[in-house]
Amino acid sequence: MKLQEYRSKEILERHGVPLLAGTTATTPDEAREAARAIGGPVVVKAQVLVGGRGKAGGVKLAATPDEAAEKAREIIGLDIKGTTVKTVLIAPAADIAHEYYLGLILDRATKAITVIASAEGGVEIEETAKTNPEAILRLPLHPLIGLQEHETRRIGFFLGIPAELRKDFAKVMRGLYAAFVESDADLAEINPLVVTDDGQLLALDAKIVLDDSALPRHPDLEEMRDLNEEEPSEIAAREAGISFIKLDGSIGCMVNGAGLAMTTMDLVKLAGGEPANFLDIGGGAKQDKVTAAFKIILDDPNVKAILINIFGGITRGDEVARGIVEARSNLERDVPMVVRIVGTNSEEAKPILAEANLITADSLDDAAAKAVAAVRGAA
Amino acid sequence: MSILVNADTRLLVQGITGREGEFHSTAMLEYGTNIVAGVTPGKGGQNALDGRVPVYDTVAEAVEQTGANATCIFVPAAFAPDAMLEAADANVPLVVCITEGVPALDMLRVYHVLKQKGVRLIGPNCPGLTTAGEAKVGIIPGDIHTRGPVGLVSRSGTLTYEVVQAMTDAGLGQTTCVGIGGDPIIGTNFIDVLDMFNQDPETEAIVMIGEIGGEEEEKAAAFCAREVRKPMAAFIAGRTAPPGRRMGHAGAIISSGGGGTAESKRTALEEAGIRVADSPSHIPQLLRDAGVG
Repeated sequence: MKLQEYRSKEILERHGVPLLAGTTATTPDEAREAARAIGGPVVVKAQVLVGGRGKAGGVKLAATPDEAAEKAREIIGLDIKGTTVKTVLIAPAADIAHEYYLGLILDRATKAITVIASAEGGVEIEETAKTNPEAILRLPLHPLIGLQEHETRRIGFFLGIPAELRKDFAKVMRGLYAAFVESDADLAEINPLVVTDDGQLLALDAKIVLDDSALPRHPDLEEMRDLNEEEPSEIAAREAGISFIKLDGSIGCMVNGAGLAMTTMDLVKLAGGEPANFLDIGGGAKQDKVTAAFKIILDDPNVKAILINIFGGITRGDEVARGIVEARSNLERDVPMVVRIVGTNSEEAKPILAEANLITADSLDDAAAKAVAAVRGAA
Repeated sequence: MSILVNADTRLLVQGITGREGEFHSTAMLEYGTNIVAGVTPGKGGQNALDGRVPVYDTVAEAVEQTGANATCIFVPAAFAPDAMLEAADANVPLVVCITEGVPALDMLRVYHVLKQKGVRLIGPNCPGLTTAGEAKVGIIPGDIHTRGPVGLVSRSGTLTYEVVQAMTDAGLGQTTCVGIGGDPIIGTNFIDVLDMFNQDPETEAIVMIGEIGGEEEEKAAAFCAREVRKPMAAFIAGRTAPPGRRMGHAGAIISSGGGGTAESKRTALEEAGIRVADSPSHIPQLLRDAGVG
């Protein structure tokens, strides 16, 4: 789960990272008040989870409270890569003498929390990795003993942190590491970490991505989820325990298992169609989940047909078929449905499906072709 | 021959009295797997699976009493890291963790502790593995397998079943089928299993099923180009996956920098001389083209 900048800063501040937190605002009036309380020039920053908000006009300087209100009016409602800005952060503006990049990631390859540091701050680290890879330090930390002081010193020397700020840098590094570990993050980055003209070390922008698997033990962090940034259908799916991602096509997919769900989408595309979603209903294909999945898929008006692909395995195919037929009978909207069930009793499933006017298929390729044909027939 | 498990495997099941554990243990027994013990803390002294399997309070006790040499873990995510560590502490040499949703930072510690102890970990978030006709450890349906010359390794669950079924239908049997799991931190990776298949005399050909996210398939491709002379075929799921979104599996995400795509993996495999199928159903033909069966 990605956290907004102001949420990420809350977490870092709690762990002692020096920063100018600022105040969030959802209206120009609130922005004016926030700027007045801060006093002096401020920066108005769109709170969105997509990257590149600066280039999209989502970050603006304001010298006075009235100007802050004006900039907030420009930014709130702005569309940045498909996300409408609802909230801005009003933070004190800083005079920047130098910018650094400092991040921690959970690296799959080394299987370690790994420090990524670069003296070229303010640009995306992927960009630096392409243009100037030597400017990046990658330092895997010991998985059982964690960040050590000598590593913090080494990172500071690599970045060229001024001697008088080394103690402050150690505080930043320790705070970032503690924030990462204690919130079960996948990624925590400060970009830029700056030295100001008056010699302060500050985190100006921050991004934390949390490990979804660890969220159950962090109810306080779960509360930081920004529902504004999620599709309503994705929120409904999460509540039903279904893994769902909305796409732009016309063929809804309902599959058990993530790898098979991706494959089903790929084969729809290969057959000349466009998948409307990724959907994994998980094991067992229980009727309540099938019902929830139907509702979520059909909530998208672009969906013109549904492909259901269940590899039952140990689950009985005829039970799954009855569940599908029953769930479908309660739907408000209906579209052609192609059903493929493999596993125990899959032969017994076929008459049940056919009787309910569902299109059956033996293979996944066949199912994808039939779903594409159904959409063309409906158009 | 085969890899990892066979008729001599003496299996222990952690969480045998839970709903999932009991259901799948029954299926494993029916397949012929030699389940020698179960562990559920507080239920020691009871018998599970209609009295067929003794239950112990601790893994250490179960190992001491039954000589178990492999364990299959079905406990909930919050307790799975501890279950893996308990198994390692009792020196069980093979740990298969089916549990989905184990926090990554817990896995980090478990991975390194098990590695130091020399314990082979499969998973977590995996369907387990089956040596056709000998032993099934985990949740892969038994009846889709038939014995034959092909070894299979996959990051997925039901997609693995799909491919195994397609091979069995086409008359291409398997030695061992291994689901390594869909999480970012897993105990055994593609290269580990490919290396085992490469050294197993009975395995004549290898199928590899990958998906978007990470760089393990690319590394495996390089390994195969260097080491493997057996015929291979592959499939990569997720060509239509959008970047930056986690596709169900915690590890299945294309980075916003563009890494981990299906295309990148496909290219790497093809450059290593491995043919990549457009559909799982094409895999048997690719194997036949390579002279298998």
